[in-house]
Amino acid sequence: MTHKKGPPAEFYQRDRLRQPPALTPDYKTSVTRSPQYALLSLENSLSEITGPLFSHNDLGPQDNDLLKNYCHSGDPIGERIIVHGRVLDENGRAVPNTLVEIWQANAGGRYRHRNDTYLAPIDPNFGGCGRTLTDEEGYYFFRTVKPGAYPWRNWTDSWRPAHIHFSVFGSGFAQRLITQLYFEGDPLIARCPIAQTIPDPDAVEQLIARLDVRSSVPFDMLAYRFDIVLRGRRSTLFENRLEGN
Amino acid sequence: MDTLNETPSQTAGPYVHIGLAPGAAGFQIFDEELGHDIAGPNAKGERIRIEGCVYDGTGAPIKDVLIEVWQANADGHYAHPEDGRKVEDGFRGWGRVIADFSTGEWQFDTIKPGTTPGRNHTRQAPHINLWIVARGINIGLNTRLYFSDETKANAEDPVLSLIEQAHRRNTLIAKRHENKEGVTYRFDIHIQGPEETVFLDI
Ligand SMILES: [Fe+3]
Repeated sequence: MTHKKGPPAEFYQRDRLRQPPALTPDYKTSVTRSPQYALLSLENSLSEITGPLFSHNDLGPQDNDLLKNYCHSGDPIGERIIVHGRVLDENGRAVPNTLVEIWQANAGGRYRHRNDTYLAPIDPNFGGCGRTLTDEEGYYFFRTVKPGAYPWRNWTDSWRPAHIHFSVFGSGFAQRLITQLYFEGDPLIARCPIAQTIPDPDAVEQLIARLDVRSSVPFDMLAYRFDIVLRGRRSTLFENRLEGN
Repeated sequence: MDTLNETPSQTAGPYVHIGLAPGAAGFQIFDEELGHDIAGPNAKGERIRIEGCVYDGTGAPIKDVLIEVWQANADGHYAHPEDGRKVEDGFRGWGRVIADFSTGEWQFDTIKPGTTPGRNHTRQAPHINLWIVARGINIGLNTRLYFSDETKANAEDPVLSLIEQAHRRNTLIAKRHENKEGVTYRFDIHIQGPEETVFLDI
């Protein structure tokens, strides 16, 4: 492997005030799955600033096309959409060649998962997962159907807003992120104990994809824009240089 | 330069397998699922198996957990340009591990990593970096796995030394067992409770 220019650069400390805390009692499952002791804050070493890299050899050509990647007898049912955007870091720089993976329920709100027993039907032509690499500008896109809302066991009237789960890597293990995309205008977002685990309303807004009419395909698909921001790197050198570099 | 804010995290939920390990969700979609082979066929070093279970605050196994691992090779080199040192062909050092849906037990095969550079000219004891997600976990939990047969290196490790309550360092040390089949380390993770694992804000 070749050496990038410059010494290893550590990441900005994660802004925990914009992130959900571990314990959020309205999301009941978090009660027994949240650490009670404080996390140990660590300055980055090579173990945190490095992370796995992926290439096109890891992927198939239709992996980002959920309209086609699980077709058996026809096209999936539902509202056809494009979901696209850029992966950036906190410095506003593109994060190129990074792996973005998504999964979602079908148009009826049912997941293709052995543990999902919701009574909405499985769609024989919809798998519900996709993956892609960002390009040099950090850009990615998927074709899919708009997922349906679904009920879940929290309160007896809890419904998840329509959402797509996103997993993103970045270039270092410290940037690893899983999140969810919501859709502009959905009244269930404000009522969702999972979306509302994020205490800062401004930060919740960051998870809401915007209708992007100009990127829509006439007579075919609406588009939604969703940019993702990963932690940025400091521009200063390590104050205490890493050995062995 | 623009200053942006990191996108907030949301739980991976109970169906994380659909996206990251669809075979486990119960269907075949991709030619190749990612993260099965951590070390590759050419890696030097001791072949080991790591096994464990993640427990919730009541002591019940978390059966829907997904863990990602990130580690150096036997020479302590990471497969990444910012390390810049060589690794064996096919060594990625990254893997994805899921628990058995009925028992919560998980395991993975890899090679034992070497020591890696720390800050301030220190050496870090051999360790594997872990990232844990599941339903009910709002933001992925980072921790490290160290090895019970590395007493001296562990005692000098700059991260273990940061743990104020010395007895809690043991929560990061996997226990070595040897038998006819080979070398296995046991590493149980407690999300909450008196034995709570030390989690890191990296
Ligand atoms: Fe979901």
